[in-house]
Amino acid sequence: MKNLSQVNNPYGEDKVISACSIFGMMETSGKPISGEAAFKAVANMHDRGNGLGGGFAVYGLYPDFADCYALHIMFASQQGRHYTEQFLQSEVKVENSQEVPTRKTEGITNEPMIYRYFVYPKSDRGDELSDDDYIVKLVLQINDEIEDSFVFSSGKNMGVFKGVGFPEEIAEYFRLEDYKGYTWTVHGRFPTNSQAWWGGAHPFSMLDWTVVHNGELSSYGANRAWLETVGYKCTMFTDTEVLAYAIDLIMRKQGLSPEIFAKIVAPPLWSEIDMMDSDEKQLHTALRSTYGGLLMNGPFGIVVANHEYMIALTDRIRLRPLTAAIKGTKLFFSSEEASIRLIEPELDLVWTPMGGLPVIGKIGSLPSPEDSKKRHYDFAVI
Amino acid sequence: MQGENTVPDIKIDTTDKSKPLQRKASDFKIRSNRLTEFAVDRDYDRCIKCEVCVRQCAFDVHYRDEEEDVIKHRPENCVGCHRCAVMCPTDAIVIQPNPAQYRVHGSWSSEHVKDINRQAETGGVVLTGSGNDKAAPVYWDRMLINASQVTNPSIDPLREPMELRTFIGAKPDNVRVKDGKLDTKMPPALEIQIPILFSAISYGAISYNVQKAIAEAATELGTMYNTGEGGLHPDFYEYKNNTIVQVASGRFGVHPDYLNAARMVEIKIGQGAKPGIGGHLAGEKVSASVSLTRMIPMGTDAISPAPQHDIYSIEDLRMLIYAIKEATNYRVPVSVKIAAVHNAAAIASGIVRAGADVVAIDGFRGGTGAAPKIIRDNVGLPIEFALAAVDKRLRDEGIRNRITLISGGGIRNAGDIVKAIALGADAVYIGTSALIAAGCTLCQKCYSGKCNWGIATQDPYLAKRVNPDITRQRLVNLINGWSHEIKEMLGGMGINSIESLRGSRSQLRGIGLTKTELDILNIKAAGE
Repeated sequence: MKNLSQVNNPYGEDKVISACSIFGMMETSGKPISGEAAFKAVANMHDRGNGLGGGFAVYGLYPDFADCYALHIMFASQQGRHYTEQFLQSEVKVENSQEVPTRKTEGITNEPMIYRYFVYPKSDRGDELSDDDYIVKLVLQINDEIEDSFVFSSGKNMGVFKGVGFPEEIAEYFRLEDYKGYTWTVHGRFPTNSQAWWGGAHPFSMLDWTVVHNGELSSYGANRAWLETVGYKCTMFTDTEVLAYAIDLIMRKQGLSPEIFAKIVAPPLWSEIDMMDSDEKQLHTALRSTYGGLLMNGPFGIVVANHEYMIALTDRIRLRPLTAAIKGTKLFFSSEEASIRLIEPELDLVWTPMGGLPVIGKIGSLPSPEDSKKRHYDFAVI
Repeated sequence: MQGENTVPDIKIDTTDKSKPLQRKASDFKIRSNRLTEFAVDRDYDRCIKCEVCVRQCAFDVHYRDEEEDVIKHRPENCVGCHRCAVMCPTDAIVIQPNPAQYRVHGSWSSEHVKDINRQAETGGVVLTGSGNDKAAPVYWDRMLINASQVTNPSIDPLREPMELRTFIGAKPDNVRVKDGKLDTKMPPALEIQIPILFSAISYGAISYNVQKAIAEAATELGTMYNTGEGGLHPDFYEYKNNTIVQVASGRFGVHPDYLNAARMVEIKIGQGAKPGIGGHLAGEKVSASVSLTRMIPMGTDAISPAPQHDIYSIEDLRMLIYAIKEATNYRVPVSVKIAAVHNAAAIASGIVRAGADVVAIDGFRGGTGAAPKIIRDNVGLPIEFALAAVDKRLRDEGIRNRITLISGGGIRNAGDIVKAIALGADAVYIGTSALIAAGCTLCQKCYSGKCNWGIATQDPYLAKRVNPDITRQRLVNLINGWSHEIKEMLGGMGINSIESLRGSRSQLRGIGLTKTELDILNIKAAGE
């Protein structure tokens, strides 16, 4: 997509402003489940979106091609598809490809062509990059350079489905009732502009890391400047893009844990850090002074996922809503508790995480509510 | 209205026009081809002949004519510092720019004519002090700050935390964590509670009392002050935890204890007020105590060479940086300060690659104790442009996050600070504003050693006019006031920590700027 910035940001804003509903559902046993509960839950938060964006990330989606990178690509023209396919043929081994099945749905218009490709990087490609880094480079190259083509999902055994419409319409359009996955994250979007583009909907993804985001990063400019300095190129003008890059840098490239990621993007206050014991204080001071540019300041609630984790986090002064709940081995996150109650009226546990404290679901392990109920100190001195 | 007879009603007979006044030699000014710069207007009805003005003026403007029993003045000596007018108990004195100007001319202002005359008389360089006073555009005033409405909430700093803590020093590219503990050795850094430091002003240029007040204010505020190139007086080692020491071309007062006392060492390459030239502290200001601190003989001129004579290239700078790091056992960050000049971006990039932990840039409106006027008014760049260009270059080269960038030179208020940080500075240096808080009225005669406000002088009679306790409190008040204002603006933008403003140029819009100026600042125009 050569003119990505213009397509996603037609008015040339500092950043594209939007707010939303977010929802996440994880079967921590790893058993694939239908997404229908998720469609119902997010439909209940209809008014948090305005029909200009909805999407899903599904994990455990492609067991038959579990080792391939699954590229979901939207094309605005046959020519774009032609160039991209030529490019893929020359760069990677395409194991399988198909048009993503859709159905005619009321409310869904201007749909692009959407195809998926299951690919392996070539083993004799002669560079030093890891497979993951190679695929990241390939995706950014297509999104930057090839006309009318946009890769919006590139992980293994997972996929993102998104577009312009309410999330329940997007689910219907992509026939998501036909799929199963152990983790489903969902987004309903409320951009303030009336123009919207399919690629601008959430989830945002980089390999198998995805993020759905509700909020507006007031620190967008500082975050963007910091990330561009370390080599990321922000082309979408959305705060979710900088979040996705921060996830990629901290958790994928630098291999830091979700707990540390939360301490970087939503750190404790200095007044809290000053009261910590020496080791903890050293760690937090080092993180804040090194990664100050990644402090995500201003309202956000996010659900981040990859093949192993589903993580929820709000900003450190909790300017966006988020509820977490557990039923059996299932973990739920939602902007509104009512949506969880709608699909699981009898919950084992339900709680509101404190701002800045992550709730971390992992295959095989449920989070403890206590970990996200109490800040470091109850009465931080302001 | 005066209070009831607190001022005796004395009638002075000088207005009696019936008998012509006898003119004595002392009534005549020393012959000069120049109009005086200032007019001294004394209201003889109000004057009580108390001689406060006579005692307050080190430039001998006011004097008592014993014979006529009247206070007279020599306006040709007046520097416009307004000390007499402020101190006069009856407000009998008004100092104003001389209303008599040479014939108005679009090209030859009175200032040009006077300077030419002065040089024709002396054959010398016109000296001045303080910062550039010319009407070059102040770009701070042409930038506007953003605020939140609806989609992201603004934050009220009186009710919610608002963080200004800042770290000065190098930063690693990443942090490693092992078993929940820090597994990276962090480079040395200064933790300051506000993104404002007192910039380099040497003891020698300013008085003992003023430097003491600044050091104490820095300590109380949890920030740093900078010794400048004048060494560290033995009494000030007690403030070492808040001291930045400078190593400049004259190497005055530089010795191992000096380097090791400091929390940061700054190599001074240049100064915004006088890029490319050295410094000159007149012998009159080298008192016994200054002599001790600078390690030079009393009464001799302290001349800092234009370059550092062991730095003729970037690799020489690297050697000095590492010599200082070795001398201080890598305990403290090393800063390199340069004047804002045309190719500052490339130079700053070189400084980072030479191993500096901090880059300080000083704009052309920065102050000085003494500089040739022609240099001060014509050499260098506005800090706004230099800062924008340096920050951008370091970002383009991927090395900005590794170091700390401090900008100074013409920071006048909290708005300037917010704009500087949004343009990419980590913190700002303030000098002139601190001296104004100490009483300076910008008369620009710092080089004379006769500062009537007791700031830029070593004359004990003048220097004792500054009470260090009161001045410390005034400095603390100023910075506390600015901190509140910065917090209000951050809260308005919806952010509660200063690092979320750093380099966020989208928080700024330009007003009345050309396309090129906007491009250099890398900001959009207001309304865009």
